[in-house]
Amino acid sequence: MKPVLKLILGLGLLTQASVISIGSATAEDLTLNALYMKQAAYSEDDIRAMTTAFEKDNPGVHVNLEFVPYEALHDKIVAAQGAGSSGYDVVLFDVIWPAEFGKKGFLQDVTARIPADYNDKIYDGAWTTVDYDGKRWGMPWILDTKYLFYNTDMLKQAGIAEPPKTFAELSADAKIIKDKGISKYPIVWSWAQAEAMMCDYTTLVAANQGTFFEDGKPAFDKGGSLEAVKYMKQSLDDGLSNPNSREYLEEDVRKVFSSGEAAFALNWTYMYNLANNPKESKIAGKVGIVPSPGVEGKSAASAVNGSMGLGITANSQHADDAWKYITHMTAMETQNKYAKLSLPIWKASYDDPAVTAGQEQLIAAAKSSIGAMFARPATPSYPELSAILQKKIQEVLLGQATAEDALQDAVKSASKLR
Amino acid sequence: MLFAAKSYNFAATGSRERIAWLFLLPMLAIMAVVTGFPLLNTLWLAFTDASLTGRGYDWNWSGLENFAYLIDDKNFRVALGYTFYFTIVSVAIEMVLGVLVALLLNQDFFGRTLVRTLMILPWALPTIVNAMMWRLIYNPEFGSLNALLLQFGLIDFYRSWLGVPGTAMNMVILADVWKNYPLIALIVLGALQTIPKDLYEAAAIDGASPWKRFWHITLPGILGPFSVALILRTIEAFKVFDIIYVMTRGGPADTTKTASFFVYQESFSYLRAGSGAAYAVAVTLLSAMLITIYIIALRKTEHAP
Repeated sequence: MKPVLKLILGLGLLTQASVISIGSATAEDLTLNALYMKQAAYSEDDIRAMTTAFEKDNPGVHVNLEFVPYEALHDKIVAAQGAGSSGYDVVLFDVIWPAEFGKKGFLQDVTARIPADYNDKIYDGAWTTVDYDGKRWGMPWILDTKYLFYNTDMLKQAGIAEPPKTFAELSADAKIIKDKGISKYPIVWSWAQAEAMMCDYTTLVAANQGTFFEDGKPAFDKGGSLEAVKYMKQSLDDGLSNPNSREYLEEDVRKVFSSGEAAFALNWTYMYNLANNPKESKIAGKVGIVPSPGVEGKSAASAVNGSMGLGITANSQHADDAWKYITHMTAMETQNKYAKLSLPIWKASYDDPAVTAGQEQLIAAAKSSIGAMFARPATPSYPELSAILQKKIQEVLLGQATAEDALQDAVKSASKLR
Repeated sequence: MLFAAKSYNFAATGSRERIAWLFLLPMLAIMAVVTGFPLLNTLWLAFTDASLTGRGYDWNWSGLENFAYLIDDKNFRVALGYTFYFTIVSVAIEMVLGVLVALLLNQDFFGRTLVRTLMILPWALPTIVNAMMWRLIYNPEFGSLNALLLQFGLIDFYRSWLGVPGTAMNMVILADVWKNYPLIALIVLGALQTIPKDLYEAAAIDGASPWKRFWHITLPGILGPFSVALILRTIEAFKVFDIIYVMTRGGPADTTKTASFFVYQESFSYLRAGSGAAYAVAVTLLSAMLITIYIIALRKTEHAP
C-alpha cells in the first residue's frame, strides 16, 4: 500500500510541476504560427527579415513561419482549422476569400481593432481585399495587380516606339515582332487551369468592360466577358501568344520572359525587380512596365485586384499578439523598407523617395493601375465558380469548344451553385 | 499460482483463443481509433449536408440526397473514367515491366548487386519529389525530354506535354510507372529466388522451350507474391492523388482529374464535407469491388491445375 501511495503522490506532484512550468512558459514565451505563400510578392527572405524585426521589438514572442505554394494556401487554411488552437494564428489570404472565410467563420472579425484614421490613408482597392458584409476580416498587406511587361530591346528592334495602350495594339505589335522573327511567340501569359488564369481573364474582362454577374445572376457568357475569352483564343490561333501559356503559372511566365524569349508578359509587381536582377534574368535593364492595356472606346487601361491580406484565424488563442504582429507587418515603415517585390498599401508611400527610387516606371504604372483595379466576384462559393470558369475557358483555349458554348455551359453550372 | 492453475484447467483451444484475443486487444484498440473512427465519421457525414466551417461542421441530416446527386453527376463519372484509365494502364505497364526487369536481374552478370540497388532508387523517392522532378523533365521550354527527343530527331520543335489533353494523362502515367515498377520487380525477384534451380534443369533436359519454362515453372512460382503486388498497386493507383496534385492539379481542362482529386476538391476547396464524404464512400466501395473481383479471380487461377 505505502509504495503505491507514494507513487500516486509523486505522480501528482510531477503533473502539477509540469503544469506550473508550462503555465510560466506561456506567460513569458509565446509562439505565434503564421502561414504565408511561396510565390510572387514579398520573398521568403523579406518576410523572415520583417518577422525578425518584430521579434526584436517584442522579446518573448516568437513567430513560426510556414510557406506553401499559392495553390495550396486556401485548402491549408481550411484544413488547419481542424487542428484547433494549435493551428495557425495568422494567415495570408487572397482577395477572393473573405466572403467565404467570413461567412463560414474561419477568420476573426477585426473591424474594431483597425484605427479609424487608417481608412483614408490606405487605398480603397486594398480595403476591398479584407471587406465582406460590412466587416473587416484582416489588414490588407499585398497591394497587387497585373501589369504589362515588355522587353525594351525587342520593341526597339521591331521599330515600335511606344508600348501598346490597347489590347488590339498589343496584338498588332506582337505580330510585327513575330513577322520580323524577333520572337516566335511574343506574348506569354499564365493560363494554366488555376487561379492565375482567372487573374489574366479578369484583366481582359475589365478592359472590355464585361461583368461576371448581372442582377445577381451569372452573366459571363456575353459582352465583354465573352470578348475576353475570344481575344485569348484568337491570340493563340494567330501564334502571337505562347501556346505553353495554357500550362503556365506566374513563375513560368517570369522564367520565359526573363530568359528573353517573349516580348510581352502579363504578371504581378514582383517580376519588375526580379526581371531586372542580372542574377535572375538575362534581360536585366531591358524591362519596361506599363498598366495592362485597355480597349478602344471602352477603357484606357485595365487591372485586376490581386491583393492579399493578413488575418487572425477563428481558433487563435493569441489574438492580441497576432494583431500586434499584423500591425507590424502592414505598417508603413515596414512596407516602405521592402517595397521592391510588393508595393505598400499606404497612399503616402508612393511619394516617398525611399520607395520610388530606382523603380520610377513601376510606381508610375502602379499609380494608374491601382485606381482601376477590377474585382473578381465576391461570393462565398468563389472557389467553385472559379473552378468552373477555369475548366471551361481551358476547353476554349485547347480548341475543344467555342467561346460561346463553353461560357454558356459555365453559366449553367454556376447558376446551380449553392 | 492460483490464477495459473485455473487457466490451465480450461480446454486448451479455448484458452489459447482467449489469449490470442487478449494480445490482439491493443492493436484492435488502435485500429478502432485510427481507422474505425474516421470511417464511421465519414459514413455519418455522407448522410448529412455538412459544410466545413471555422466552428466545425454545420450540418443537418440529408438522407440519401448526396448519393442521388452523385449518381447524376456527370463530372464525377468523367473523373471515375480517368481514374480507371490511369489504374488499368499504369498497373498493366508496371506489372509487365516489373516482371521483365526481375527476370533480367535474376540472371548472373557482373555488377548485378549494383544494378539491383539502383533499381530501387525511384521507389525510394517520395512521390512529391518524383512528381516535381518529372514536371521539370516535361517542361515545354527547358525540359530535358524535349531536348532528348529533339536531339534524336524524333520531334522537330519543343512541345508541351502536360498542357495537352490526353497526352497529359499519359505523361503522368509514365512518371508513375517509373516510380512504382521497382516495387513489382523487387517482389517478383524475391519470388524468383525461391524457385528451385533443378526444376529448370530438369525441364531443359526434357527439351522444354524457354517460353514453356516461363509458363510452367516461373509463372506458377511467382504467382502468389505477384498477385499480392497486383492488388496493392491497383488499390494505390485507384486512389491516386499526390502525383496529380503536383503535376497537373487536374488540368488541362480537367482531363487528369481523378476521383480522389474530385473528393479532395469537394471537401477542402468547396468545403462540402457532407457530399465530399459521399463521393469518398462511393470511391471506396468501387475499389472494394475491384479487390473482391481480383481475389476471386486469383483464387480460381491458384486452384487451377
